[in-house]
Amino acid sequence: MRESRIGAWIAFGIGALYFILPLIATFEFSLRMKRGEYSFEAYRVVFADPRFQASFSYSVGQALATIIVGIALVVPTAYWVRLRAPQFRPIVEFITLLPLVIPAIVIVFGYLRIFNSSSLIPLTDTNLGTDALLMFGYVTLALPYMYRAVDTGLQAIDVRTLTESAESLGANAFTILTRVILPNIRPALLSGAFLTFAIVIGEFTFAALLNRPAFGPYLQLLGANRAYEPSALAIMAFLVTWACMGLMQLASRGLRLPATDTR
Amino acid sequence: MAFLTLSAIAKRFGQNTVVHGFDLAVERGEFISLLGPSGCGKTTVLRMIAGFETPSAGTIMIDGRDVTYKRPAERNVGMVFQAYALFPNMNVADNIAFGMKVAKQPKAEIDRRVAEMLELISLPDLAARYPYQLSGGQQQRVALARALAVKPQVLLLDEPLSALDAKIRVSLREEIRALQRELGITTIFVTHDQEEALSMSDRVVVMHQGRVEQIGTPHAIYNTPKTRFVASFVGTLNMLNAEIKDAATGLIAVEGQSLRLAHGPVGTGSATQCTVALRPEALGIGQAKPGDNVLSCIIDDVQFLGAIVRVKARCGTHSLSVDTFNQAGQPRWARGDKVEIHFAPEHLVVLD
Repeated sequence: MRESRIGAWIAFGIGALYFILPLIATFEFSLRMKRGEYSFEAYRVVFADPRFQASFSYSVGQALATIIVGIALVVPTAYWVRLRAPQFRPIVEFITLLPLVIPAIVIVFGYLRIFNSSSLIPLTDTNLGTDALLMFGYVTLALPYMYRAVDTGLQAIDVRTLTESAESLGANAFTILTRVILPNIRPALLSGAFLTFAIVIGEFTFAALLNRPAFGPYLQLLGANRAYEPSALAIMAFLVTWACMGLMQLASRGLRLPATDTR
Repeated sequence: MAFLTLSAIAKRFGQNTVVHGFDLAVERGEFISLLGPSGCGKTTVLRMIAGFETPSAGTIMIDGRDVTYKRPAERNVGMVFQAYALFPNMNVADNIAFGMKVAKQPKAEIDRRVAEMLELISLPDLAARYPYQLSGGQQQRVALARALAVKPQVLLLDEPLSALDAKIRVSLREEIRALQRELGITTIFVTHDQEEALSMSDRVVVMHQGRVEQIGTPHAIYNTPKTRFVASFVGTLNMLNAEIKDAATGLIAVEGQSLRLAHGPVGTGSATQCTVALRPEALGIGQAKPGDNVLSCIIDDVQFLGAIVRVKARCGTHSLSVDTFNQAGQPRWARGDKVEIHFAPEHLVVLD
């Protein structure tokens, strides 16, 4: 028993070192911009760079739009499949998994073929159109995570009975979705939203190939030309992701379990 | 014309027919129970009345209006579910107010009605509590108040007591019945618990394999079951195979011992056999009254149950259960004793 516990701790220690050491090294390197002393100079330079502010703001805007459109697309779909068409569930799950197996570069070239300036829907003709195309691409990219988060949330509540009780009280489908279903899957929605945020903030392929000023291409650009700032940005990107994960944990703790007391 | 009418309702799921030609006429203010084992189609009938299932055939009329193909929201029917189905994100007051808010009623009217409903279910202090802060019994009371708040024409109760423990179940069923009487609301109650159905209802519909076996008052269902299924499902029953000796006068024989029916004739045409049923509590042991039927039996077992003494006796190939009150001075029967079991002819029920 004791031996197996020691073994487990050794395995855990090796794993932790594997993940943490590169981070520590990156963090340590990001503090060495000034010769002979540790400082946050690299971070100051990054924050002072107007391109950082512009690209980060752009990606945050994209992430928020992606979350809104993703929720608007996924919630009704997952709700409908669970309630009325459970036989289509494997098909919908397969479709939502496709972005995991099709490389982002393939998806974006597909988009460019369909939505280029000589197509029927020439979204790439304007900046706004290209921004919209990028956002739809992000929706696709985040689909596996958003769908699973929402579906798990729906699984935790009795969708059918809640829907039927609301229907019997006179509610229509929109009222049921917005006032009964959405508030009760809030923790799942937040989980999906934070995952989407984390994915969009660091995404490179879509933004670079559509030539949009997002945070991912800025990271790459800086990495190719500077020494210490990319390390500072990498640490900041990790912090954003960890903050999202932490918020997801907080959100999932807010999930109220239905009472099973029969008194 | 009845207030709620179900005419030749049928429901098929693919090749499987779960409700066959179901007819029911419910008067205004009546409390009807649909009673039957799991899978007999009682919940499907209820769901068709609510509008959650569309009948494959037949019509549903409420107060003279054909609602067969109306959406649930258009039927003005309140429903209480076994799983409470309170909205977890809303407190008690908001749950009760939900239907009225959907109907866009004035706030003052909603507040007044919520307070009235909370009084009605005796939970006036719990308006701000959330469902997870309530016990099962309290949740079901709130669910009832929520269904009643919109003043439905018909109240549907889908096994609302099944998830509760025995003590709460008994007290809540009395409360539901009292509320129903007070409000005079037409109510359909689905249950597999015969005690609930018999104790609460004006009439009971016994269902089996998607068909109606018998519709009648609790008294009639219990005392004069029409079919073998009703007899075996509702209460405990002794069933005996009998030989018809004289169909015209209602004379039959069980194990060669003659018995007289209260209402002859018996059987149809040339039938020589029939099945008769006897309730254990209708039987007595010992001195018979004049005119009683008597069966000579041998005691197999005696079970002392406190207020009741249950005697298992054998009459040829038949086994009979006799329930007698535990009374002072009663003889102490023992296994192997020869006894005479007697009963009035009217307690002998011939099954279809």
